[in-house]
Amino acid sequence: MSGYLIRRLVTMPFLILGIITITFFLSRVTKGDPLTAIISEQQMSNPEVVAAAKQRWGLDLSLPEQYLVYTGKLLTGDLGTSFTTKRPVLQDLLERLPATLELVIAAMIIGTVLGIALGVLAAYYRNGWLDHGSRLFALVGSSLPVFWSGLGLLFIFSVQLGWLPGPGRLDARLQPPPMITGMITLDTLLAGDLAAFVDALHHLILPAFVLGWTVTGTISRLVRANMLEVLNQEYVLTARAKGAGELRVLLHHALRNTLVPTLTVIGHSFAYLITGAVLTETIFAWPGMGSYAVEAARALDYPAIIGVTVVGGVTFLVTNLLTDIAYMLANPRIRLS
Amino acid sequence: MASSASVPRRKAPEWLTIPLLVGALVILFWIVVAATIDFWAPYDPLALVGRRLQPPSMAHLLGTDALGRDVLTRTLYGVQYSLPVALGVVVAAVAIGSLLGGIAGFFGGLIGAAIMRLVDITLSFPPVLLAMAVAASLGPGLTNAAIAMVLVWWPVYARLMRGQVLEIREREHVEAAVAGGAGRTRLLFTHILSLCWTPVLINATMDFGQVVLLAASLSFIGLGATPPTPEWGSMVSDGAIHFYQWWIAFGPGFAILTVVLGFNFLGDGLRDMLDPRTH
Repeated sequence: MSGYLIRRLVTMPFLILGIITITFFLSRVTKGDPLTAIISEQQMSNPEVVAAAKQRWGLDLSLPEQYLVYTGKLLTGDLGTSFTTKRPVLQDLLERLPATLELVIAAMIIGTVLGIALGVLAAYYRNGWLDHGSRLFALVGSSLPVFWSGLGLLFIFSVQLGWLPGPGRLDARLQPPPMITGMITLDTLLAGDLAAFVDALHHLILPAFVLGWTVTGTISRLVRANMLEVLNQEYVLTARAKGAGELRVLLHHALRNTLVPTLTVIGHSFAYLITGAVLTETIFAWPGMGSYAVEAARALDYPAIIGVTVVGGVTFLVTNLLTDIAYMLANPRIRLS
Repeated sequence: MASSASVPRRKAPEWLTIPLLVGALVILFWIVVAATIDFWAPYDPLALVGRRLQPPSMAHLLGTDALGRDVLTRTLYGVQYSLPVALGVVVAAVAIGSLLGGIAGFFGGLIGAAIMRLVDITLSFPPVLLAMAVAASLGPGLTNAAIAMVLVWWPVYARLMRGQVLEIREREHVEAAVAGGAGRTRLLFTHILSLCWTPVLINATMDFGQVVLLAASLSFIGLGATPPTPEWGSMVSDGAIHFYQWWIAFGPGFAILTVVLGFNFLGDGLRDMLDPRTH
């Protein structure tokens, strides 16, 4: 086990370097001229302005030189400066990270609770309408374009029914809490502002549900399969024979023994959700890393695109590694090779 | 297997499940639409045929968009972009991935290692983000979006194929073929690759849906199809601008859902049919 871990940890920097290399060359082998994102069209005809801009943004160097400069800067945590916001990309991203984390964590909670509940019910009522219904719900969830379901649910619950607020994180009439964690639900709680907390929670429900629904299926299918296996085992029969109620058998005896494999799929779902958030954030005007990535891609803002891709790739890698480690710790029988 | 006591009527074969049937019907419907829409389309998908932003009516079943084009017609025409793009991406990804994965699994060595490291790196990106980055650097357009998706997708098949080849090359029939004097090429194509297709086929069917979804997402962001192409993702994007005219986004979004769901059902059914372990 430790051998496997060491190998994973040793290859990690190389994978990250690979990520950086690929994104860098991708963003430079391009048809669009990055200069158009920096200076206006009128200034493009002025050679002095163009030369100055090229020098300022390091575009006058050759490609390999740019690569070395970029990688060197990355090692010191410098992701470059965004063409559009004219601020360090790292600063932009760190500012937007808490919003994404808040959304993803909320989505993960919704997806996991729904997924486990549906999985347990589907296994218990195997081949009944609940089983088929949960399968359909799960499949629809993984087939829905979030940029469409988000719009539709916003229209129904916000415009038609008026139950939930529109896009954004907090009602414009409310005073935003002082920034401590950057997660608005936590910050409002820390500030003791209950009204703002409730409002922030209302804003969070819909995007979190839209996003969480996409992973419900994977989780519920796995829980169902594991539950079916466990429910057939003798200790479950023993528990029933000793007079344990159905609920106790399901939750205490059976579900507990399916949690370890579920843990893995939850971890991998988390990594998946971080990028699934891209489109959800765009629809719900959620000021996170996802909407930043979309804005950057639309504006051909290369430093920002590379930055967000590198950070996304590294996050993805680390989350998956942590998941595997947690899995091994939780299940000593596993010998990954 | 023991047969049940009485079988009153001939049962449908076990693999013919409802999901498989529904999935196949939905996909068949869209293929027929794609092939024949030119002959029976109610309107021209690019023509301005009515007042702007009309809600659904008998003349325009799904209303009209911001320019006065018929939404239903444009939705039906959208399949002429989605299905070919998905087909191209999946076929290219399967071909490239299987070839490289097969080489890595069969020959191994330095080339194999190099291929698999490239696979590792590509798979360590979040797919949506990588596709976005590639599509953004290639510039907008459906072809560029398709290239971006192939680059994101081939490693999945390389890894799958390599695993299959590694497993199958240890089997006895391969050993027998070697003893019988089969050459390496013959060994690879006749005795190994021909047995690898089941998981590839199942995966490819499910990926069809995912590719349709990703292509629409890229277009929604503005990195795929360009106006006035009646592509589903960019139509939903129009609908997002005219948020209160819900009908503009409804048709194309629902079309995406049915196609993706159809392929998921089909893939699920195929797995039950082809993979004996799930029985």
